[in-house]
Amino acid sequence: METDVTSIDVNAIIEVMAEDVKSHIARNKIVDPLMIGVHTGGLWVAEKLHEKLGLTKPLGEIDISFYRDDFTRIGLNPQVKPSKIPGEVEGEHIILVDDVLYTGRTIRAALNEIFDYGRPDSVTLAVLVDRGARELPLHADIIGLKLDLSPQKQVKLTGPAPLVLETNRN
Amino acid sequence: MSSSKQPASTSFKAPDSSCLQLDEQGRLRHFLTTEGLSKDVLTEIMDVAESFSTVSNQAVKKVPVLRGKTIVNLFFENSTRTRTTFELAAKRLSADVISLNIATSAAAKGESVLDTIRNLEAMHADMFVVRHSDSGAAHFIARHVAPHVSVINAGDGRHAHPTQAMLDMFTIRRVKNEFTNLKVAIIGDILHSRVARSQIHALNILGAKEVRVIAPKTLLPSDVDSLGVHVYGDLRSGLNDVDVIIMLRLQRERMGGAMLPSEHEYFECFGLTQAKLAYAKPDVTVMHPGPINRGVEMDAAVADGPNSVILQQVTNGIAIRMAVMTLTMGHNRVGG
Amino acid sequence: MNILIKNGRVIDPVNERDVIQDIAISGGKIQHVGDVPASFVADISIDASDKLVLPGFVDLNASLREPGYEHKATIASETKAAVAAGYTTVCCLPNTQPVLDTPSVAQLILDKAEAAGYAKVRPLGALTVALEGTTLSEMYALKKAGCVAMSQAPNSNPNSQVLRRALQYASTHDILVVLKPEDTAIKDDGCIHDGAISSKLGLPGIPTSAETVAIAQIIELAEETGARVHLTGISSARAVSMIARAQFTNNAISADVHAHQLHLTELDVGTFDANHHTSPPLRTAEDRDALIAGVVQGVFSVSSGHRPHEEEAKQAPFPSTESGTSSLETVFPLMLKLVSDGLMDWSQLVSRLASGPAEILGLDVGNLSIQSAADICIVDPKTTWLVNENHWLSRGINTPFWGHQMTGQVTHTLVNGRLVFEK
Repeated sequence: METDVTSIDVNAIIEVMAEDVKSHIARNKIVDPLMIGVHTGGLWVAEKLHEKLGLTKPLGEIDISFYRDDFTRIGLNPQVKPSKIPGEVEGEHIILVDDVLYTGRTIRAALNEIFDYGRPDSVTLAVLVDRGARELPLHADIIGLKLDLSPQKQVKLTGPAPLVLETNRN
Repeated sequence: MSSSKQPASTSFKAPDSSCLQLDEQGRLRHFLTTEGLSKDVLTEIMDVAESFSTVSNQAVKKVPVLRGKTIVNLFFENSTRTRTTFELAAKRLSADVISLNIATSAAAKGESVLDTIRNLEAMHADMFVVRHSDSGAAHFIARHVAPHVSVINAGDGRHAHPTQAMLDMFTIRRVKNEFTNLKVAIIGDILHSRVARSQIHALNILGAKEVRVIAPKTLLPSDVDSLGVHVYGDLRSGLNDVDVIIMLRLQRERMGGAMLPSEHEYFECFGLTQAKLAYAKPDVTVMHPGPINRGVEMDAAVADGPNSVILQQVTNGIAIRMAVMTLTMGHNRVGG
Repeated sequence: MNILIKNGRVIDPVNERDVIQDIAISGGKIQHVGDVPASFVADISIDASDKLVLPGFVDLNASLREPGYEHKATIASETKAAVAAGYTTVCCLPNTQPVLDTPSVAQLILDKAEAAGYAKVRPLGALTVALEGTTLSEMYALKKAGCVAMSQAPNSNPNSQVLRRALQYASTHDILVVLKPEDTAIKDDGCIHDGAISSKLGLPGIPTSAETVAIAQIIELAEETGARVHLTGISSARAVSMIARAQFTNNAISADVHAHQLHLTELDVGTFDANHHTSPPLRTAEDRDALIAGVVQGVFSVSSGHRPHEEEAKQAPFPSTESGTSSLETVFPLMLKLVSDGLMDWSQLVSRLASGPAEILGLDVGNLSIQSAADICIVDPKTTWLVNENHWLSRGINTPFWGHQMTGQVTHTLVNGRLVFEK
């Protein structure tokens, strides 16, 4: 039996995620982390987390279009946006935020891009939804919601206001 | 004669540029000219360039998007500046790039353009960036390459230099935000300028309010107004109320061809000085494709002054070339 | 060999004839037109019902490429194409290798044409040695060797002093001089008409004045020297009125236009289509319309301007391609289109393609008079055909009409009473 995702209160989940991030930071003695959201859904989630946590460093955003591993198959996403990472990445503690963690390929691309800006001290991954079915050895440190979906189904976040999860058949 | 208005061959015209450079989905396959492209396509090029403009902020100034692709810069006419920006753009995209100065190699030994292309294709090139002194050279090559190969025109004769024009559009957009209220004046040797032709098409496609050319008649092509420009013979009236001034480079050999009396007289009539800049709007933007002949095309004070965006043009050139390379290469793989 | 052409519509403007009649040919000559005696026994009988029987066409301007450029075409290949296109006499230009500036080269060409056995070839000798525009050729000797005129074409003309002397000398021997009016300094490196299209494509342009300045010069020199001058390959509207005015006072000036110039314009160059790289250049629609008017009014005869090329000659960026089209085989359908468009009648067509050129050259061809050489073409004005490898004989396939449907087909061609082509 699959969940009806549209009825899920996304803001409530983000509320819980914020608490999880807070305790993760404390546990790992991270001071003044740099949060980076992945375009487009991850950035929406990151904006809310950034506000709730009251982080001092401005929010970074990255578009991983130029780092995708399927460029030669599907070409360039014409809606590509500039990546904006404020300040240095070198020596920073990064909190990387995305909406849906699935195969892990987006996160791989995002990590590659971040490392092209410099060598961070650590990267923490926070995702709104973990739908399983990983194809790469990656896991999230903070997970808002775990979903068990059939491979034919896609889940995506629509926004920016209100934030709603939607599923549709692939 | 009216009944003979149908030329016998109308239905057998060569495909026009926009057919050749777009695929069935209307996306860029080659980039040969700005002429005939839609506003959407030109805007997309600038949007993608905007995304690439942050790559130079990275510690590793590189994205892996064209990793494993081979780009060949085919320069049948030497140009260190243009070749360098294309090389840099290709390297920032992680492509393997080689530059060939055919002007000093194969063509000199009697090898035809087609032979050169065939040989390089056999070495599995994915893209040719072509510079040639003959108008139409890039079109010719695009008609004869294998289906998976993209061709980018880096300047053909007097015909087109679309990446230079697009970096200028990108620069204008970054300063002025949009085009519809802009009056743009292009000053100098329009006749021999591939840059000017590509700029005129791009400005009209992007909806500029008015495009002007200012030059002596010896440096204007015939029926130049058919390109969609207003013609002026002097700076005072031509610069009146203008938002953007684009200066063109003056080649020394024009004096030999009886097209101009002297550099001195040219500067007197068409050179841009602080005093003449006052004819235009106070916030006028001054552009030049470089390298500048200071004291011939413009005063040093104007070139280095607050209205000048000449160095931004150079920086923007790399992002635009990255965008065009990625767009033409990216879509080529769709379904194939 | 006796040949009887039956029931064809015979059109012969020289004899003011346009009527359905039979023609009887014997001994290479026309013996009877109309009243063929019952005693005439035909070896070959051609049914020309629903067809037109015309004097064979005479071309004032073709390149046959031999000797020297056999990789482009040969006299045999091009005269075979000529007879299939209705031509029975072809004047070939002197730009061979070696240049046709000696009687021996003229003889070689005549021998090759004779051996090929298709159209009659009438060479144009070089006006100056090696066509270099400095020394006069031995015009008298060339005339004796069979050259029907002297020409500098397709090269541009010598300087005005050399040209003036060449015209004086030619006129001494009553030799026709065929010139292509083109001022090289104004033409410079131009490769298409100087106008909106050249501006858009950034191709160096050839201004109309490159033609008109040369024509003004030639007209003045022809007037002063009394030479007979034929201007070949006219392209502009201004030239039409200049030539028409000159002909009003000087009947020793004639001119021709290439048939494709009556149909194509600068717009057809499209995006660097090298098959539209012609010399003279394709100009504007106004120019084309004025050229048509000039042909209709008889200012011009019509020539092919045939320039067959090997494929590689057109396989390069536009300015680096060789100019010219392979055009012998499209002349008749293109002229027929002017008739079917109601711009001129059949008698005018025959006069522009056959009797007019023959008169300019002073040759007794281009008519269907009794006892004249039986140079005849029979055409079917209704049949359509596709310009493709199945219907093309010239070695050069450099035609802008490749793949295009043509109306009007030559079905038979006779040269000296010999059936040299039959469809």
